[in-house]
Amino acid sequence: MNRKLRRSRRIGAGITGAAPALVIAALLLLWELIVQLAGIPLYVLPAPSDMLKTFVLEFPTLAYHAYVTVMEALVGMAISFVIGILIGVLIDAMPTFRKCIYPILVVTQTVPVIVLAPIFIIYMGFGYAPKILTVVLMCFFPIVVSFSDGLGEMDEGYLNLVRTYGGSRLQLYRIVKIPAAMISLLSGLKVAATYSISGAVVGEWIASQSGLGYYLIRAKNGYMLDKVFACVLMIILLSLLMNGLVKLFGYAVLPSAGRSGRRKQA
Amino acid sequence: MKLAVENLNFSYTDKKIIRDLSFAVQDGEFISILGPSGCGKSTLLNVLAGILQPESGRILIDGRQTTGVTSQFAYMPQNDLLFPWKTILDNVCLYGEIHHCREAMREQARRQLARFGLAGCENKYPGELSGGMRQRAAFLRTTLCEAEIYLLDEPFGALDVITRSDMQDWLRELCSSMKKTILLVTHDTDEAIYLSDRILILGAPGEGIREEITVTEMNRTREWLYEQGALRARIHRIIKRKTKGNLQTNFCVK
Repeated sequence: MNRKLRRSRRIGAGITGAAPALVIAALLLLWELIVQLAGIPLYVLPAPSDMLKTFVLEFPTLAYHAYVTVMEALVGMAISFVIGILIGVLIDAMPTFRKCIYPILVVTQTVPVIVLAPIFIIYMGFGYAPKILTVVLMCFFPIVVSFSDGLGEMDEGYLNLVRTYGGSRLQLYRIVKIPAAMISLLSGLKVAATYSISGAVVGEWIASQSGLGYYLIRAKNGYMLDKVFACVLMIILLSLLMNGLVKLFGYAVLPSAGRSGRRKQA
Repeated sequence: MKLAVENLNFSYTDKKIIRDLSFAVQDGEFISILGPSGCGKSTLLNVLAGILQPESGRILIDGRQTTGVTSQFAYMPQNDLLFPWKTILDNVCLYGEIHHCREAMREQARRQLARFGLAGCENKYPGELSGGMRQRAAFLRTTLCEAEIYLLDEPFGALDVITRSDMQDWLRELCSSMKKTILLVTHDTDEAIYLSDRILILGAPGEGIREEITVTEMNRTREWLYEQGALRARIHRIIKRKTKGNLQTNFCVK
């Protein structure tokens, strides 16, 4: 009886795990059928099979442009990470600083990046700098907010414990607050990682000579929608890759989360 | 080490929690503090540990006044407060990490793990241990502080009855070999009777000590504890009493 129950639970868990993939497969199949049966031309809506074919054929070109975009995204993420950590700690440590800076941070997120990108190009030229700045503008906010919230949510009991052991303020951050805020920071990093590719692409739309944004605009202007969709597929894959990198980073810095989680599941 | 508290006062904004509280604890004595909820038991430990600042009064250790956080007190809070991202060994060596002697303390901790029922757990994370094991790890962390006076704030409050009684047996055995001065805050009358040399019963907030009970029986067993119905009932009556009774009277139990 127990074995049957465990087996049925395993099957149930397998179906639940595969559900998103099954839904995506069903939607793609539906899309393919509509395009094939209705005879929709390529320049209006390419079928998923056309998109995949173009993706394979264009892969070397896409890979070259993707390299540029990923580099911009990684540099932007690194800068956002450093700025985010510094501002996060200052916001937690100094309530006055929080009051002064928090409204400004929120305002920076109300202005669409697509509006700011041309301004960055006017001031910073046509190189990588305006694209990286676009990434920074999109990524640092989720990092700052998640990290400063993580620092502020620490149970006072842990802080008091370290204080009674003679811990300094710096040690409170090093031993308690920063490690405790890591889970919250990782959530912010996952959001930022997903935004980072989009940020770089938006920066490349305005003025660039390489990158997926540049490729996308060129393909769109030529009504080569199969290439546009292949590029979108590449952007999705890269965003997932960035998200995966953050997850790996999470496992590296927080091994306890994985091990405790496994025990709870058992 | 001897501890003396003289005319201690503490308030939360407008509410007086501790008023002119005075008591003394002898070297190596085990004192339990009982009282109704909100009477200031945990607040008293927080003041002694230096987490809260008293309005007035003195805390003396071996006759010398102390203020704020001092290395002579080792505080064990209500929850185990083990850091979930640190291994058990790193958790118990927290004091060493703060005072830059982690390696020496790790060696010391490794030698103590078996005595605290944690053999083989050094590389596990708190989430992988049972409630009782986590409490033992928290107690090992407290003992590694090398302080002479332990302040234990309901250390077994969150455990189930069976684990709690196991932990009480274990603590009693451990304390008799360590010879430390211990102040234990508890809600559990049996725990206080079983473990303490003396029980201080606090009254309503600001009232101070209602009664003091000395327990002199040396060979305490669970059977002996079950026979202490009269003492248990007396303590309950003192705690439930609305008005201030005989202050600081001794009731000796053998």
